[in-house]
Amino acid sequence: MSQTIAFLPPRADVLSQRARIIADLADLLPEGGLVHEARELVPFETDAYVAYRQLPLAVALPRTTQEVSAVLEYCNRHGIPVVPRGAGTSLCGGAIPQPDAVVLGLSRMSAILDVDLENRVARVQAGVTNLSISETVGPEGFFYAPDPSSQLACTIGGNIGMNSGGAHCLKYGVTTNNLLGVTMVLMDGTVITLGGSHLDAAGYDLLGLVCGSEGQLGVVTEATVRILAKAEGARPVLFGFATSREAGACVADVIGAGIIPVAIEFMDKQAIEICEAFAKAGYPLHVGALLIIEVEGSDAEMEAMLAAIVAIARRHGVMTVRESQSATEAALIWKGRKSAFGATGRIADYICMDGTVPLGKLSYVLQRTEEICTGFGLRVANVFHAGDGNMHPLILFDANDPAEAAKAEQAGNEILKVCVDVGGCLTGEHGVGIEKRDLMRFQFSDTDLAQQMAVRYAFDADWLLNPSKVFPLDGRPAA
Amino acid sequence: MNDVHHPQNEAEACDLIRQAASNGTALSLIGGNTRAGLGNRVSAGVVLCSTGLAGIVEYEPGEMVMTARAGTPISEIEASLSANNQMLAFEPVDHRGVMGTQGEPTIGGVFLSNASGPRRLSAGAARDSLLGIRFINGRGEAIRAGGRVMKNVTGLDLVKLLAGSHGTLGFVTEVTFRVLPQPESEATIVLSGLDDATATRAMAAAMAQPADVSGAAHIPQALAQTLPDAFGKTGALTALRLEGLSASVAVRAASLAVRLSAFAPVATVEPAASARLWRSIRDVTPLQALHDQPLWRVSVAPTAGHRLIAALRQQADVDALYDWQGGLVWLQIGGEPQADVLRRTIAAVGGGHATLIRASADQRAGIAAFEPQPAPIAALSTRIKAKLDPAGIFSPGRMAPDAGTNLWLAGRTG
Repeated sequence: MSQTIAFLPPRADVLSQRARIIADLADLLPEGGLVHEARELVPFETDAYVAYRQLPLAVALPRTTQEVSAVLEYCNRHGIPVVPRGAGTSLCGGAIPQPDAVVLGLSRMSAILDVDLENRVARVQAGVTNLSISETVGPEGFFYAPDPSSQLACTIGGNIGMNSGGAHCLKYGVTTNNLLGVTMVLMDGTVITLGGSHLDAAGYDLLGLVCGSEGQLGVVTEATVRILAKAEGARPVLFGFATSREAGACVADVIGAGIIPVAIEFMDKQAIEICEAFAKAGYPLHVGALLIIEVEGSDAEMEAMLAAIVAIARRHGVMTVRESQSATEAALIWKGRKSAFGATGRIADYICMDGTVPLGKLSYVLQRTEEICTGFGLRVANVFHAGDGNMHPLILFDANDPAEAAKAEQAGNEILKVCVDVGGCLTGEHGVGIEKRDLMRFQFSDTDLAQQMAVRYAFDADWLLNPSKVFPLDGRPAA
Repeated sequence: MNDVHHPQNEAEACDLIRQAASNGTALSLIGGNTRAGLGNRVSAGVVLCSTGLAGIVEYEPGEMVMTARAGTPISEIEASLSANNQMLAFEPVDHRGVMGTQGEPTIGGVFLSNASGPRRLSAGAARDSLLGIRFINGRGEAIRAGGRVMKNVTGLDLVKLLAGSHGTLGFVTEVTFRVLPQPESEATIVLSGLDDATATRAMAAAMAQPADVSGAAHIPQALAQTLPDAFGKTGALTALRLEGLSASVAVRAASLAVRLSAFAPVATVEPAASARLWRSIRDVTPLQALHDQPLWRVSVAPTAGHRLIAALRQQADVDALYDWQGGLVWLQIGGEPQADVLRRTIAAVGGGHATLIRASADQRAGIAAFEPQPAPIAALSTRIKAKLDPAGIFSPGRMAPDAGTNLWLAGRTG
């Protein structure tokens, strides 16, 4: 990769004190709680945005909120940057460290602390995986709604950091809509609790501000999330169209008709071929674009909703309509979709964009995406959450060819600019991280950004938390 | 009489605020003022009102998104949505009846007070529907935050921060929000005669069913008499609302009725009466009559609501009704100012918060209208306010308790 994205220059005073910092931190943590040997640091050198790698100064792996507080208080006192990390599945480099930073890994805080079915909440430590919450409450008929594709690995703490979404947020919302409370540690070591098991928190909506703040405001150690009763049944249905244009128009008309399925996923021809080769999900290969539309509820409800959707799809010349005939088949359909990124990674290197656009602009943006990538001589696969306009073009390239890698990055930037120009945004659910940091001025004025940064200062006056991320390095105000 | 400014556009509002900041003039920010008296007394001689900034700017029914200027009357918004079979998902509370105010509620006021009704249980609060805003900070700078798409994690979410900030962090000039299709049909299952504890169990049981319940409320016998359509004639009323396609509502209502018949005799209410019932619950009409007593709004875990009321009744006369599966409690306590007892009892049943919604000037003196925050959160809130409103001119005091005035003042120099 081209290494065009800069990190803050390492603080020389921190690097020069490395041995002492390691000794001090080791004292604050239980045996084995601090990783600092070079070869042990390698697993922490990057996240799922693998184009950039740097070893951190050390990795702290606390087991309690008090240990998190002790580490942060120490780092704050000595001016040491801290990079919080969940499972390291960030697609935007949100967890990539820097040489002068202590990585604060939450992986050892992975307990489900309390499940309260009557109040429909679960209280969990930040390091639990997204899927384990649904697995725990599933036998009782409940689930945790946000379901990012990485849900087997990604942690709830990381989900809160990025306000993660998933395929089913069209109906159930994203993380911020399903989060009722957090325990978090501020950079100076202060432990605060926001919200709880009640449906609205007191005072300013700090919970809303913290969710999606990419580890810039504090380190969440515990979360109270809403769990919901599972629908009686759910049925994913495949709709094949000749072209992306028709599929995109069908999505807009379904929503426009007042029908809100739980999920509408979109795949173009390239994505269908990649996913089918990997997952053998039974996707039709003769179509140019595929929608996976999931309806849920009682049989009567699913029938009624499907009938209405099929009628709309026919108006857009749908070529195939296939309902899953069994739970196994339904699971396969989702497996194909959720393995899209992994399957793509098997055939090429790729970068994944995450812009969101107004629904009426879907077809136009798909067309521009194709034109931009073709213009750079690159292939692109589109697989995304169409119901809420959250696009994920996967730009394929060869990482061993620096010129092609640079082109891929440029193409991605141009696509995101198109998303913003039509009224959308740079990132729907992956976060800004380092990847989109230098594009923030596409979307925000300097005044808008200055206001966000000022609020950030209220939490972390010395700018120590995940400091190279989210905001362009130039133009940061003095404290 | 206060000076009242009604800027007609954003630039005019920026100028006014810039001047006020340089003169140190405090401004009380308001919309339609139908929630006047909510919050602590504001020490400001000048009022800055958003009603001059009115009108729907953009509405794309096919994208389920509307943008409107902050001072647009809710009635205009709802008429426009209704003409397209759409609605505000969070069912905003109309506070006029219960607060004894007049005038037109505005869309800006709804979001700035995060006024969310019964459907908050299933469709989120006002803050969950709010996608983007334009606001003017305390330096007189126009700021854009968020956008017009549902999924957006680009930068810090100042939209949520401003929602529910009651005009203390910025002068919001424009809001962009998500809307939903109106359900084709609705029905309500009612259970009669349950005590508060049993009603809470019944509501929890309903919410555990795959029935997609979009409202769960309980009105005890003493207040049920005032409900429309003689709903309360057989005593306490526990109501569970189902919405959606007609065929689906019928199937779910039948199956939920069977499940709940273990608790009490069950009846099903038809759509028109169901709509009247939920409007009454939304606007807290059973507690509109007793204006001589303070009215509190309490948010606790759903199963803690009835325990709170039972504990309070050991000490005083209490009238209460429950929404949000029992977790949103509207209550009146007879007798002396009772903030401390109420807040201690909330903490004892597991935590939450109480907001004083309506009280006379005498009753209000010495009561913090909003739940006092633990010191670190109060200090953090003060620092945040100082970053948005460095001169401390926006509605000073409204959200800070009297005891916390010094905290807010300290923030001005920070």
